[in-house]
Amino acid sequence: MNNISAKLLQAKNEPLWYFNKNSLIIIGIIVLGLFLFPFTSPSKFAIHLMMMIFMHAVMAQSWNVLAGFSGQISLGHAIFFGIGAYACAYFYVKFHITPWIGILIGIGISGFVAMLIGIPILRLKGHYFAIATLLIGISFQVIFQRWPEVGSSSGLWIPINRESPWSSMQFHKSKVAYYYISLLFFIVTFFLVWLLNRSKLGYRLRAIRDQSEAASSLGIHVSKYKIIAFIISAMIMAPIGSIYAQYVLIVDPNNAFNVDISILVLLIAVMGGVGNI
Amino acid sequence: MGLIYALIAAGLSLIFGLMEIVNFAHGDHLMISMFSAFWLWALFGLDPIFSIPITIIVMAAIGVLTHYFIIRKILNSTMLVQICATFGLAVAIRALAQLFFTPDFRTIKNPLIQGKFEILGIFIGKPQLYASLVCLVAFVLLYLFVTKTETGTALQATSQDRQAAEILGIPSNKMFALGWAIGLSCVAVAGSMLSNFYYVFPDVGVNFSLFAFVAVALGGFGSITGSLIAGIIIGVVESVGGLVIDPSFKLLYVFAVYLFVVIVRPQGIFGRY
Repeated sequence: MNNISAKLLQAKNEPLWYFNKNSLIIIGIIVLGLFLFPFTSPSKFAIHLMMMIFMHAVMAQSWNVLAGFSGQISLGHAIFFGIGAYACAYFYVKFHITPWIGILIGIGISGFVAMLIGIPILRLKGHYFAIATLLIGISFQVIFQRWPEVGSSSGLWIPINRESPWSSMQFHKSKVAYYYISLLFFIVTFFLVWLLNRSKLGYRLRAIRDQSEAASSLGIHVSKYKIIAFIISAMIMAPIGSIYAQYVLIVDPNNAFNVDISILVLLIAVMGGVGNI
Repeated sequence: MGLIYALIAAGLSLIFGLMEIVNFAHGDHLMISMFSAFWLWALFGLDPIFSIPITIIVMAAIGVLTHYFIIRKILNSTMLVQICATFGLAVAIRALAQLFFTPDFRTIKNPLIQGKFEILGIFIGKPQLYASLVCLVAFVLLYLFVTKTETGTALQATSQDRQAAEILGIPSNKMFALGWAIGLSCVAVAGSMLSNFYYVFPDVGVNFSLFAFVAVALGGFGSITGSLIAGIIIGVVESVGGLVIDPSFKLLYVFAVYLFVVIVRPQGIFGRY
C-alpha cells in the first residue's frame, strides 16, 4: 500500500516536461540528421519521398489522435485535408493572402468544421460513426464539385508567382524548401501529440477510450472530450492539405477529398499501432 | 431503383444481423455479380435474366469463401480489425477488377427486356420495372426462407444468441457461411437485374454500397422488412430530391437521411437494438 502511494506521489510530481536523457539524445541526432539531409545532395526523388513520408506521418498522427485517444474510427479524414488545401488555395487566389496565413485560416476552418460535424456524430458508436464519417467525406467531395465559387470540379489553380517565393510559398527551383516546411510540421506535430499524450487531456481521452462509462462516472465529460479530440485531429490534418496544395499548385475535389486519403491514413496508423505515437 | 437498393441492403443487413460485421465490400460484391452477368452475356450470349441462377451460385460460392478465409478469423476481434478487413477486401476486389476487366464502362447491348411503358403520360423503363418485380419476388422468397423454413429459423436463432444456438446443436460457423451465401445471393439478383440497364465498371459498387449502408441504418441493422421499406424510402428520396431541388446533389439527400435517422433514432425504424 505504501509502495503504491509512493508511486502515485512520484507520478504526481513528475513534470510535464519530463525527458529521458538517452532518448533525448537519440531524437536530437535523428532531427539533426533530417535537417542536414538536403545537404548530402540527394536526388530530387529522395527529397520528394522524404516529404511524402513526413506528410503521411503527420496525417496518420492526426487520425491517431482521434482513434488512439478516443477510440472512434474515422473513415473521412480527407475532409480536413481538403479543407486545408482549399482554404489555402482559395484565399491566395481570391484575396492574395499569403499561404502562411492561409494555413492558419485552414486550421481554424477545419477545427470549426470538425466541431460542427463532431457535435452530432460523435454520439454515434462504432460502425455507425465510421459509416457516418465516410458519407460526410463523400458529401464534401460532392459539394465542392458543384460549388462554382471554388472552381467546381476542375478545382483551383494556384497562379505561379516567381518574384516572391517566400510570401507566396512557392519554390520552383528546388524542393528543399518544401522539405523543410514539411519537416517543421512533422516535428511540431509529433511534439504536440507527445505533449498531449502526457497531459491531463491525454489521460482523460484514453480513459474514455478504454471505458467511457467509468470515465464519465469519474466526472469526465465524455462527449466534450471526444469533440476536443476530433477538433485537435482535424487541426493537425489541415496544414498538410495546405502544404500539399502549395506543392502541387492545384486543388481539385477529386484529389483533395479523395476517400483513398482517408483509407491510406487509417492504414498507416493501424500498421504503426493505434494509440502509439 | 428503391427495390434494388432494398435487396442489396437486405443482404448487408442479414450479414450484419448475423455476426455484427459490416461488410464494407458489399458494393464490390455487387460489382462482381454485375460483371458475372456481363461476361455470361458477352461470352455465351446468355441474357441476364437467364443467368441469374448461375450468378447466384457464383456469388454464394464467393460468400462462403469470404467467410472461411477472412471473416471466420476476425469474428471475435475488435471493430477496427473488422472494418480494416472488409474495407481492405473492398479495395482489393476493386483493384483486381480494374486489373482484369480494365476500368472501361460496358453495357449489355440488346438485352431481352428493353423499351418502355407509358402510363398516364409517365414513361417507365421496362428494365427498371422488371428489375423491381424480380427484386420483390426475391425479397418475398428471402423473407419466407428466413421466417418459415427450419434453416431460416436456425439462422435467426444464431443471430439472436450465438451461444444458446450452439447449445441447441446449431453449428454457428455453418450458419455464418450460409448467411454470407444468402447475403451475396441477394446481391447477385440485384446485380444481374441492374446490369440490364446500368453501366458495368469496376467502381460501380461504391455508390450502391453507400446507399445500402443508409438503407440498413434506416431500416435497423438486422431487420429484413426494415431494409425493404428503407430501400424504397431511399429510392423515393433520391428521385424526388433530384426532381424538386437539384439532381446533381442526389447523393447528399440520401446521406442527410442517414445522418438524420442515425442521430434521431439510432436503432432505425424497425431496429431491435
